[in-house]
Amino acid sequence: MIEVRNLHKAFGAVKAVDGVGFTARDGEITGLLGPNGAGKTTTLRMLYTLMKPDSGQVLVDGVDAATDPLSVRRALGVLPDARGLYKRLTARENIEYFAQLHGIDAAVAQSRREALVDALEMRDILDRRTEGFSQGQRVKTAIARALIHDPRNVILDEPTNGLDVMATRGLRRFMQQLKAEGRCVLFSSHIMQEVAALCDRIVVIARGRVVADATPDALRAQTGEANLEEAFVKVIGTDEGLAA
Amino acid sequence: MNAVATKTRRRSAAFTVFLKEVRENLRDRRTLLSAFFTGPLLGPLLFVMLVNVQINQQLDKADKPLHVPVIGAQYAPHLVDALEEGGIVPDAPVADPGTAVRKQDADVVLRIGAGYGKAWRQGEPVQVEMFYDSSRQDTSSAVERVQKLVEAYARQQGAMRLVARGLSPGTAWPVQVAKRDQATPQSRAVLLFAMLPYFFVITLFMGGMYLAIDLTAGERERQSLEPLFANPVARWKILFGKLAAICLFSLASLAITLLAFAVVGHLIPAEKLGMELDLGWRFAGIVLLLMLPLVLLLASLQTLVAAFAKSYREAQTYVSLLMMVPLIPSALLAFLPIKAQAWMYAVPLLGQNLGIMRQLRGDGVGAAQLGLCLAGTLAAAAVAIGITVQMYRSERLAISG
Repeated sequence: MIEVRNLHKAFGAVKAVDGVGFTARDGEITGLLGPNGAGKTTTLRMLYTLMKPDSGQVLVDGVDAATDPLSVRRALGVLPDARGLYKRLTARENIEYFAQLHGIDAAVAQSRREALVDALEMRDILDRRTEGFSQGQRVKTAIARALIHDPRNVILDEPTNGLDVMATRGLRRFMQQLKAEGRCVLFSSHIMQEVAALCDRIVVIARGRVVADATPDALRAQTGEANLEEAFVKVIGTDEGLAA
Repeated sequence: MNAVATKTRRRSAAFTVFLKEVRENLRDRRTLLSAFFTGPLLGPLLFVMLVNVQINQQLDKADKPLHVPVIGAQYAPHLVDALEEGGIVPDAPVADPGTAVRKQDADVVLRIGAGYGKAWRQGEPVQVEMFYDSSRQDTSSAVERVQKLVEAYARQQGAMRLVARGLSPGTAWPVQVAKRDQATPQSRAVLLFAMLPYFFVITLFMGGMYLAIDLTAGERERQSLEPLFANPVARWKILFGKLAAICLFSLASLAITLLAFAVVGHLIPAEKLGMELDLGWRFAGIVLLLMLPLVLLLASLQTLVAAFAKSYREAQTYVSLLMMVPLIPSALLAFLPIKAQAWMYAVPLLGQNLGIMRQLRGDGVGAAQLGLCLAGTLAAAAVAIGITVQMYRSERLAISG
């Protein structure tokens, strides 16, 4: 479970995150929706302790990110906005590197990797060097290495960015599987259809603040709009930076 | 129990990073070439070529007939005969001796005035003009040779005149200088090899340079630093792993260079110049020892500089500028006659320079100098690593976009 309380983060005079708070529960998919530049990536970066919040609190499975960042990172599987691979290593070696950094026993890592390779349908690329991988192959590899330690909580920053339809569908299936396994899945997106199709709970962020936090049905009821797209536009106040 | 488990993992995290960086960079042809081939081998080869050219030039000048345009040779046939005996071939006179020397048509030109014969017969001092350019280093041996021959001829003739007048030639030269040169064959070599320490430092530098840039600026540019930092590993451990990989590559580079120098040391005909050059195992061992802390210092400085850059290219520029720094002590020692003080050994780069030169001279590096050199550079390395660790903690470092 990921709990976020009143996060603030400013870069100079720009308040990137200005009082964001929400809870992402186990066995649910929580969508962080917002236009480009709304503060989604900065919020997520504070969750996985890459950045320190100016104020506010992040709890992952009850552990405070400010006091024990290593435990928090151990409890998280993260696909960051930056998802560069090591191009002179094979996909397998990329995954193994992260397994070793987590200090996972080799045998455990191997069985875990096999499961991920099957779930992500990436066996054909496993022993190829990642140089020249397609966007979809890159994301699969990046997700596999991020989840090699079997984390209870999964954070995905715009996971379907740049993927084609087939890859996107595969990834959505994978996220449903993570949810079925009882994990807490938190992902960000600026694509409304995606959030609507996947999420149990939607947190809408605009200009560094949470403007809505509800189930898709509740959001529709709250805004009085039957169409989710209209509901989004209504809570955000503008349709700028959103994609249908 | 828990503490023990944490400890093992801590150690292995830095080691994991180290192994991965080594493995990845062993697959990069450009890094391999620069660290294990061009970097370490170009230096020795270039060096041998330069030294050989220089030596052959000097030997050539000493043995070969020297062509000197002589103006007014007909006025002083005996002098010209004496010059010819000394291996000088009088050439046809040139119209303008000054221009001929400036244009490098001639190394040196002699001019004998028309009044030579008359003055000579009357026993008066006569003048022989010698045109040369002292800023042309390569002609200095020719100039010196001509001057010595003329002076020897003058002294000989003077002695004969004194004898003819019943005087001992010694009366004209009451004081004579007896030269006692204290230079040893090794110390003469030093003049020639003053730039050798710089070669070693540059090799170290080049060996680790690509890695240092790639492991920080490159990794950020390729957007893999952020996912790396999302792992439950303290950043300083990641940094230590990376530093270790950089150090390994630059050490390997240095080892190859030393090996190459040990081999090509035989190709340098130093003994022809009355020099002795020992670039063998003992020398290699001392250099390696002196350089050990410098490896650490350079690796962390390169990483630090690369971390400041926004892109790979920018990092390359900064690191190349950093490469100028090791030139300073070498240039200083080569052109300024500095007497080595004890404290100088504690200064990074300068200490290594002095130590290597001392070893080259055959004096050997004392324990105190060795200790100072190692301690001073190690302290500087510790400071540099400390600053780099701080740099690695910054939020800015991981963000690529």
